[in-house]
Order: sequence, then structure tokens, then C-alpha cells
Amino acid sequence: MQHIRAHVLVCGGTGCKSAGSKEIQLGFAKYLEEYGLQNEVMLVETGCHGFCEHGPLVIVYPEGTFYCHVKPEDVKEIVESHLYKGRIVERLLYREPLSHEQVPNYSEIGFYKKQQRLVLANCGAINPEMIEEYIAVGGYEALAKAVTTMTPEEVVDEVKKSGLRGRGGGGFPTGMKWQFAKNSVSDKKYVICNADEGDPGAFMDRSVLEGDPHRVLEGMAICGYAIGADEGYIYVRAEYPLAIKRLRTAIEQAEKMGLLGENIFGSGFNFTLHIKEGAGAFVCGEETALMASIEGKRGMPRPRPPFPAVSGLWGKPTNINNVETFANVAQIIVNGADWYCQYGTERSKGTKVFALTGKINNTGLAEVPMGITMREIIYDIGGGITNGKKFKAVQIGGPSGGCLPESMLDLPVDYDSLIAAGAMMGSGGLVVMDEDTCMVDVAKFFLNFTQSESCGKCTPCREGTKRMLEILTRITEGQGREGDIELLENLAKNIKETALCGLGQTAPNPVLSTLKYFRDEYEAHIKEKRCPAGVCEKLASYTITDACRGCGLCARNCPVQAISGKIKEKHVINQDICIKCGACMAACPFKAITKG
Amino acid sequence: MKSLEDLHKLREKLKADIKLRKDEGTKIIVGMGTCGIAAGAREVMSAILDELAVRKLLNVQVQQTGCIGMCEKEVLVDVIRPGEPRITYGKVKPEDVKKIIAEHVVNGRIVEELVVGKLEQE
Ligand SMILES: Cc1cc2nc3c(=O)[nH]c(=O)nc-3n(C[C@H](O)[C@H](O)[C@H](O)COP(=O)(O)O)c2cc1C
Ligand code: SF4
Ligand code: SF4
Ligand code: FES
Repeated sequence: MQHIRAHVLVCGGTGCKSAGSKEIQLGFAKYLEEYGLQNEVMLVETGCHGFCEHGPLVIVYPEGTFYCHVKPEDVKEIVESHLYKGRIVERLLYREPLSHEQVPNYSEIGFYKKQQRLVLANCGAINPEMIEEYIAVGGYEALAKAVTTMTPEEVVDEVKKSGLRGRGGGGFPTGMKWQFAKNSVSDKKYVICNADEGDPGAFMDRSVLEGDPHRVLEGMAICGYAIGADEGYIYVRAEYPLAIKRLRTAIEQAEKMGLLGENIFGSGFNFTLHIKEGAGAFVCGEETALMASIEGKRGMPRPRPPFPAVSGLWGKPTNINNVETFANVAQIIVNGADWYCQYGTERSKGTKVFALTGKINNTGLAEVPMGITMREIIYDIGGGITNGKKFKAVQIGGPSGGCLPESMLDLPVDYDSLIAAGAMMGSGGLVVMDEDTCMVDVAKFFLNFTQSESCGKCTPCREGTKRMLEILTRITEGQGREGDIELLENLAKNIKETALCGLGQTAPNPVLSTLKYFRDEYEAHIKEKRCPAGVCEKLASYTITDACRGCGLCARNCPVQAISGKIKEKHVINQDICIKCGACMAACPFKAITKG
Repeated sequence: MKSLEDLHKLREKLKADIKLRKDEGTKIIVGMGTCGIAAGAREVMSAILDELAVRKLLNVQVQQTGCIGMCEKEVLVDVIRPGEPRITYGKVKPEDVKKIIAEHVVNGRIVEELVVGKLEQE
């Protein structure tokens, strides 16, 4: 056996793969051999690091050098310069967006420094297709501890004491949910992992499944032991082929080692797992719809009670949790609830993974302790707003969440503060918006999503969201009427109170929160027929400023002859004729035309 | 796998394979500048890796560095044991490697006749 002196970790998550990481991996294999290093340098494919924007990523240990945007033609240089001669390839290092400084080391990058990576600890650090690497970092210790040294009651109590709450959106206390399922008496019970992840923009569940699948399996098995279930399902959306493949591999490996299957650790506890591929409708993420879908029926919600803990899959008591919830379990069992409670706030314990997107410098997945402020997430981890623009709002919680303004940036991020502010944790989607965003347009975008995803079973959701969308659409088109705001508020209240499932009940949230914090923008649209951000095309008005030199180019480009003026004098646009095509603005060589 | 002990045994065995990704243990750093390579740094590196493999010293990290401006003393090899000064050996030949590893890396006794520099760790 040779002494391995370096590890080259090539990210094999979905993001980096689509940016060409497979080719890079093959390149390394080729050049390591060419330079005779194949026996002293190990090549490892990992899961997502949550920094896909900068992918494909390559990390070289023992130095921990972090290379980003690696192209196939860079591989030879990394091998020759770094691995052969020990010289870091500086041009491929990450640069901080604000200071433009190069950061050679993984752990020193601003994006990672303020994170608290517990759930994501192994993502990007181990090979997700090798159970050996998971075991090497302490994997399956929790399952062994639970089934050989703890009673099911003790396991439930530990989870209760940890304060863990569901990461799938609602934030229901996990220990309590387990207790209900445990208390149900039945010859058969099920554990389900909800990996539907329908929230557009969220991809934390996918990353965990791709980067550390065994962690989820272990959490599910512990849950099975705690509630007395011997069978489980993982419901994954079919658009996640890599996650499905890695899950299959993981289940196979765990079965082979006797970590799943019969008589686990000689304790008499049996647990088997199946994968069910979902068709991808947003409503199928709702727990009752999800179970109907596993049973082969149409994925539609049904009224609760009965709750799944009493009558779930095929009428049997069932415990259903989100991927990230299960991924939290093993560390709680190994390190204890007290250890876990050091992270987070009084009523929201532990960490949460957020998917940062929008007008922010560092987009990606960030795991932070609960209670951190929005400002820290956006500026310290996210690196601030792109192009030096001003922050306007952050949309949190996806289509069921809300928009928070600048004044709420110091809000601690936890379940209860967010609800109180009119948003919600949701699955942890975080979209940052800058000054060029129209909040009415944003509300319309999210409502359009929920409206088209409504399953149509109940009237308030099916018809109510349609009405709301009509009103929003006419407001953005300059047809808004006096009283529209009140109408929106009434409809929203009705839908929230009477819709059958969470989709309908939360659908009005984006509208309500923008009305709460950005009411003046709605009013500007309705009363002044003006879109302050200049986004709504039909409301835009083009005006010529004093920077005009009177060249006449705009007038010649205007298709409806709306512009007049003498050569070398300031021109004017006749707003009654203007059709808001923007041709003049594009034509002006002096940037003398503004839109607003 | 049938018990907690089985799992622990397996883990101890597997742990060494990923240890490299954590910053711990003794470090050996070989100067791989152009002059170092000309002076035989690759051969020294290979000798180090072979010797570590023979002795199963899995928690020793081997790193490289570029030229540090002591070209006439190449091949340069640094040894850093946790919490101890960084010792630089000069004009190292493949046949010196066994001694450096046996004396210094394993037993903490510096091989004085080859030392060209000492640096207290900050
Ligand atoms: C319309 C709708 C969509 C949902 N989508 C998801 C989803 O994609 N993933 C998820 O984990 N939970 C989703 N939920 C929440 C689930 O119904 C359920 O509460 C959750 O899986 C429970 O797990 P937790 O307690 O671990 O959060 C959705 C709920 C609704 C109403
Ligand atoms: S609230 Fe909407 S999605 Fe939910 S059951 Fe009713 S119609 Fe279907
Ligand atoms: S193109 Fe610009 S500078 Fe020329 S007339 Fe029009 S507004 Fe004035
Ligand atoms: S896929 Fe590589 S960082 Fe996300």
C-alpha cells in the first residue's frame, strides 16, 4: 500500500455536474497518471458544497485549497503546479466579492466562515457513494447507540428535549410528532421522508440527499425504532435523478453491511426502506397528498384529522418528516439534546439551511444557527447586493412566505419571529431583491405559482387565488381601481380561513406581506398609474432629461412619432402617443432618457 | 455488522483514510521548486511516501512547497510535529529519509547533522 499524501475532491453535485465536473474528474485521472502521482494522490467525488454558482469546484487537501470555476483545460496546471510542485494555482482561487481579495483556504471564505455546518458537515467533504467514508466520520454511531443502549421511549424523549422542529415548513415539534406515532397501537407503522421539495429555488434537500444520503437513512431508521415502524418510504421528486441514484446506492450498501434490514446490531429491530419517485406537482409535498400518491392514487390533500400519526399510509400510523429534519436526528442522539440546544434560540433550536438566491453576491446554500439576523445572512454570508445596488426586500419561505423590508433586517431568523413579521421559515428559500424590483410584480409572480399549482379540490383556493391574480394583473397593467387593495385583503383573509390544505392557506402570504410593508407601491400603481421601480411595462413612462443634446436619434427611432424637438434642443415625448416600446431609450447615445 | 464494537472497529480502520482532510498530525513538507526538483526532490518525496507506507504512519501529512530561496541547500525537507518548532533539513538524499522518519517523525529526536533551520511556531 502507498502512502496517500493528497486528496483531490471534485464536486459531483447537480450544479457542478451540469457545469462539467465529470470531465474534470476524468482529466484528473488522466494527468495524475501522466505525472506518476496516481498512487499518492486520491481522487474523490463529493456531493454539493452549496456554492454551485462558483462551480465546478475542486478542493485539494491537506492544504484545503479551494479552486472555483475550474475548466477542463485547467486540470493539467493544477496537477503539474499544485500536486507535483506544490505551487497553488492562484488564478483559480476564490475572490471575495467586496474586497476582491483572493482566499486560498476553504475555511477562510466569507461565505463559509459565518456558517454553522452541522447538517451539511459532510456535504462536499465525503464521497456520498461510499458508506465507508460516512462510517469513518462517525456515521451509524447514532443508530447503533439508539438500538443497543436506549429504549424507544428514551429516543423520543431525547428528540423532544432537543427542541428540534420540522424543517419542511410548518415547524411542528418533531419529538411530539414521534410521540403521537409511537402512542398509536398497530401491527404495522410507517416512516416517510418527504423529499418532494416543491418550493421553486429551494435545493437544500437535494443537496443533502446527493451529498450525504446515509445521514438521512440513519435518521429514518432511528425514527422507525422510536415509533415502532419496520418500513419506510422516501418520496423524492423524479427531477432529482442524481439524488435517487445515490439513495439507491446508499440503501444497498447499508443493507449489505446489516445497517438496514433484519436484526440491526443484533437488537431484534428490523427496518427496510423503499424509494418512491414523485411526479412533481407542488401539492404532492403536502403530507396527505403525498401519502395518497405513494398509494398510487391522485396526489390530492384530504382533511385532517385524522392525522398521519393515527391513520396514515394505507390507513396505518405513519410519521412523516422532511429530509433536513431527519438529517438532524443522528447528531442529537450521538451528542445529546443538551449539546444540540446550544445552537439556536429559546424556541427554535439548532440550525437551518437556507438557499440564497436573487440579487446577492454569494448565492448558494448556507447553514446558519437559528436566531442569526437576516442582515448577517445577506451581508456577511451573502456578500451583499450585486452591482452595489440598494437592498429592497427579502422574500423568505417561498410561495407560502412573505417579503420583509429593510427595517426588518435585524430580525432574528427563527420560526416565531418570522411568522410574527408576516413571513415564514418555509423550506428556507431566501430571495434577495434590490431597488429595481417592483413588489406588486413579485406578489403576482408568487401568486401565479400557487394559483397554477392549486389542485382544485376546494373552491376558496381554486377560485379565490384566481380572483386575486386577476386583480394583481390589472393593477400592474394600469387598470387598478379604487378599492382593489381592500378587495385583495378580503379575499386573502377568506382563503386563509377556509382552504383545505396549507397550499391555499398560505397562498395569500406574499400579497399580504407586500401590502403590509410596501402599500405605497400598490397605491402608486392604482392611483398614479406609476410603477416606482419601473418594472411594469404597461405603466412605464419614458422621459427625456436635461442631458439631452438634441441629436434627434430618438425621434427617428420612435415607431409612432411620439418624440418632437428641434435639432440641438431638448426633445420631449408626448405621453399620449408613446406606446412604451423603449426604442428611444436604447437609441439615445447620451443616456438622456429615463424610465420610471 | 452485529454490534457497536464492530462499528467502532471498522471506524478506527476507516478513519485514517480521510484524516488528511482534517488539519492534524505531523507534517512533512518537501521543497519542490525547480531547483529542488533538479536536486532530486521527487526521489526524496517518493522515498518519504514509501517509508511512511512501510511504517503505516497514516496520520503523517506530506505537503509540498515552492522555492524558499535556499537553492544551494536543496533538497529541503521540513518536519513539523504538533506543538513543536518547524525543523528544516537541507541537502536531503533519499537515503537520509529512513533516518529522519525513524528519529524525528516517530520519536521526536531531531537529526542535528542535517538541520539547516529552526522556526518556532507562531
Ligand atoms: C402545498 C404544500 C407543499 C408542501 N411541500 C413540502 C415539501 O416539498 N417538502 C416537505 O418536507 N414538506 C412539505 N410540506 C409540508 C408537509 O405537509 C409536512 O408538514 C412535512 O413534510 C412534515 O415534515 P416536518 O415536520 O419534518 O417539517 C408541504 C405542505 C404543503 C401544504
Ligand atoms: S387548498 Fe388548494 S391545493 Fe389545497 S386542497 Fe384546496 S384546492 Fe387543493
Ligand atoms: S436621442 Fe437622446 S440626446 Fe438625442 S434627442 Fe433623443 S433624448 Fe436627446
Ligand atoms: S454542485 Fe458543486 S457546489 Fe453545488
